[in-house]
Order: sequence, then C-alpha cells, then structure tokens
Amino acid sequence: MNELFQQLVNGLSLGAIYALIALGYTMVYGVLRFINFAHGDLFMVGAFAGLYFHKWLKPAVAGWPDWGVALIILSSAMLMGAVLGIIIERLAYKPLRGRPKLTVLITAIGVSLLLEYLGQLGFGAAPRGFPTLLEARTLSLAGVRISSIQVTVVVATLLLLVGLRFIVMKTRMGLAMRALSLNPTAAALMGVNTSAVISFTFGLGSALAAAAGVFYASLYQAIDPFMGVLPGMKAFVAAVLGGIGILSGAALGGILLGIVETLVVGYSGVLGIPPGYRDAVAFVILILILLFKPSGLLGKSQREKV
Amino acid sequence: MLEVNEMEVGYGSITAVHGISLHVKQGSIVTLVGANGAGKSTSLRAISGLMRVRGGRIRFCGDDITNLQPHEIVSRGLLHVPEGRMIFSNLTVLENLRMGAYLRSDRSGISHDLGFVLDTFPRLRERESQQAGTLSGGEQQMLAIARALMGRPKLLMLDEPSLGIAPLLVKAIFAKIAEVNRELGLTVLLVEQNAHLALSVSAYGYVLETGRILLSDNAEALRSNPQVQAAYLGA
Repeated sequence: MNELFQQLVNGLSLGAIYALIALGYTMVYGVLRFINFAHGDLFMVGAFAGLYFHKWLKPAVAGWPDWGVALIILSSAMLMGAVLGIIIERLAYKPLRGRPKLTVLITAIGVSLLLEYLGQLGFGAAPRGFPTLLEARTLSLAGVRISSIQVTVVVATLLLLVGLRFIVMKTRMGLAMRALSLNPTAAALMGVNTSAVISFTFGLGSALAAAAGVFYASLYQAIDPFMGVLPGMKAFVAAVLGGIGILSGAALGGILLGIVETLVVGYSGVLGIPPGYRDAVAFVILILILLFKPSGLLGKSQREKV
Repeated sequence: MLEVNEMEVGYGSITAVHGISLHVKQGSIVTLVGANGAGKSTSLRAISGLMRVRGGRIRFCGDDITNLQPHEIVSRGLLHVPEGRMIFSNLTVLENLRMGAYLRSDRSGISHDLGFVLDTFPRLRERESQQAGTLSGGEQQMLAIARALMGRPKLLMLDEPSLGIAPLLVKAIFAKIAEVNRELGLTVLLVEQNAHLALSVSAYGYVLETGRILLSDNAEALRSNPQVQAAYLGA
C-alpha cells in the first residue's frame, strides 16, 4: 500500500509537468486547429533560461530568501518562453495563415529541429547540471517519502492552473480565446482582434511550457538541448488523451499519463513489462485512444464539419 | 454612410465581383438582390474585411475602410450578420448576446441594450439560458441579428436572413428588421434571394448579376420593373 502511494506521488509530480506542457498544445489547437510540434522545445528553452537566469541573477539577489529567488527565476523563464513563443508564431506560422495545414505542421517540425540544434550550438550537446533553487527536504508521511521539490512542483502547477482558468474564464482576453476557438469568423465579426488573441495564446502556452521546463529540471537536475523531445511528445499524447482543445482535458490527460507511466515502471515486475518500456506506455495509450475514443476522455465525438 | 466605389473581389484566379459601386444612405434599408453566385455575399464579406478587396475603395462614415481588419471595421460600427448565422452554438443565448457587446465597456448601456433586444425578440428571452445550438433555424437567425445589435451598429449588413427558415418566421424577422430600422434609425444593407420580401421593406435596391450591377432603382420601381419581376419575383 505504501509503495502504491509512493508511486502515485511520483506519478503526480511527473504528470503535473506533462499537464503544463499539454495545456500549450491544446490552447494553440483551440485557436488555430494546428499542433505546434515545436512546443516541446519551449520546455527545453525554459529549463535553460532557468539555468542562465540563476547564473546571472544570483549576485544581484544575494541575501534574498530562497523562495524569492526561485520565484524570480521561474517568472523570468516563463517570460522568456512567452516572448520566444510569440516571436516563433509571428515569424514562422503567421505568414502561413490560410495555407494547407500540412504546410504549417511541417514548418512546426522545422522550427522544432531549429531550436534543438541552435540549443546544441549554444549550450553544447552534453547534459548540464541544474542548480538547486530550493533546498530539498524529504518529508515522511506514514511511510511515504515525498521530496519537498515534488510538493512544490505540484502546488505551483495547481496555482498556474488556477491562474490559467481565471484568464480563460474571467477575462476579456479569455472570452476572445474561447470565441475564436468556437468560430473564428464569428469572433472576428464581433470585433475580436484574432491576430492579437493568437499571439497571446502562443505566449501563454509557451510560458507554461517554460515553467514545466524549470520544474522538470529541478526534479531531475540535468538538462540538455534535446530534453524537450520526449516530454513534448508525451504531453501531446496527454492532450489527445484528455481531448484536444479542452483545457481540463489536457490537465487530466497529463496527470493520468504521468501516473500510468510511473506505475508501469514501478510495477514492471508484477506486470511483466520491462521498465525500459516506460516511454512506450504513452504511445500505446495514444494508439488505444485513437482506436476507441479519438475525441479523448472529455471530448464529445464530433464529425468534421463539411 | 457607406460608399463602395468600383470594388473588385475574387477567389484565387476567379473574379467574383467586377467593380461594383453602391451607396447606402443613413437611416435607409438597401437591398442587394440577385441569383446564387451573383456576388452578393462576397460583396458583404469584402466590406466587412473578411475578404481582401483587389480594386476600388470602400468608405464608411467618411473614412476609408478598404482592407482594414474585420475587428477594426466592427469597431467603427459596421456589423455583419453572415450567411449561415455563425452563432456560438456551444454558448447560451445570453452568452452569445454578451459576446456581441465584446468591444463595449459601458455596462449600463450593455444591459439596456440587452433588455431592448430581448423585448424585440421575446423568443430569445424564453430561451436565454439554452445552448444556442439547440434553437430552431429561425430563432438562431433572430439571435444572430440580436447579437449584432448588441454591438450598437451604425450600419447592419444582413446576409440572407431568410435562408432555411419557415416562411412565417421569415415574415416576422423582416418585420423586426423594419421595426429596428424605424425605431433606432438603424441603417441596413440587406442581401436576399427572396427579392419580393426584401424590396418590400427597402427604400432602394441593386440587382446583381455575375458580379456586376445590372440595375439599381427605388425599391418600388424595382418591384414593378418587368425585367426584375420576370427574373427575381417569379411573376
């Protein structure tokens, strides 16, 4: 029983990270009906931004409490991610508005490769250590060992989700995002500035991915320019699992995927699945969901409109 | 109020509208009649910025609005109720109406106008918390018009308000259009295949054929024009 809780806690912190990345996929899909395959690399950029901001800001914030420094670094990394996401949309995707979806999709793969190899050029191919932003302590709860970093990651993710929900449901920009995702032409005819909303959506999604990068780096303490590839793909699976275009679906899909993946590894002996197959779990889930419920767990089945 | 000069619009290599000129006077209802594919909807889409204009100019209230973005045109008070209504079917009737006031921030004005459109279309009041997608075609058309009115338009462009709607409701909708025109002094540019009905509420009409203006005259004169009667009024 204790072991199960242990695995659930581990799964939850990994799932929180998938959820944050998945939200960006699903938001961009919502407003543009397009999967931004470069999204996982924003996660990598976020982690490196965290590393460098830590290096540069450390002297300036000497004497500050640890949580204050961590907050500043997290916010700067998110800001950096948002700016980069907006720039990518303006330069790579906006000129292709109205072109066939395949064109945009291939461009996204190109942007992804560009970011990865620019990262390799700039940061080197070897994994780099990530600084400890908050001193890790191990909390013991009825035999379950929880690292304080795991708790921080899960709590911070929850706060970001609440903030996101507030933006989407309670602000004018959120209203515009929802209108755009329901009917772009009608939204434009209501006076919604669609380009501005698309930029904002890219910025918001990229900021969440960057935050996920900082969290992931804090948990696993090693980062490299290709670190975004697998988590990016898995978060995409999470978004599809929950129902692409549905925000709560992305969060649910991410957390479920994190937990399932951790359980498969944790109980590999019992299940008869070698732990090396952990990365296959997500893709088996993808195949199953596409076969049996392509609209995702929270999606309503909908025919493509003619 | 609206002046369209030699406007040319096309899709790819096809030109759908060949340099048409229109004039809509403040406070009037003007109709574009014409068969399917005459370029009526394309003209409205170009005026509201949904399509790019290739040639000619569009002026609204004295300003050149040619090829502005749709949201810039909406903010000047030119609203377009598109063909097929395009309501937000997953939102409730009330949410749709609030969306119509997206660019406004005058709370008291918005709630006043909400009361006005719900009084004008009592059906919508009965269904205000229902999902818009569950409304009948006629109710959806009323919602689309009411939603546009929530934006306090100076000029309202309506594309085929009678399309796919029961004849009785069509009459009711046209009566409402005439009522709003009278009471608010709202200027209306109407596109309609049901030429008889449209001309009966209009002051002036243009007859479009394959992207060109064939005729234009007072609505009364058009209705009694034998050419128009033969082609569009089924006489």
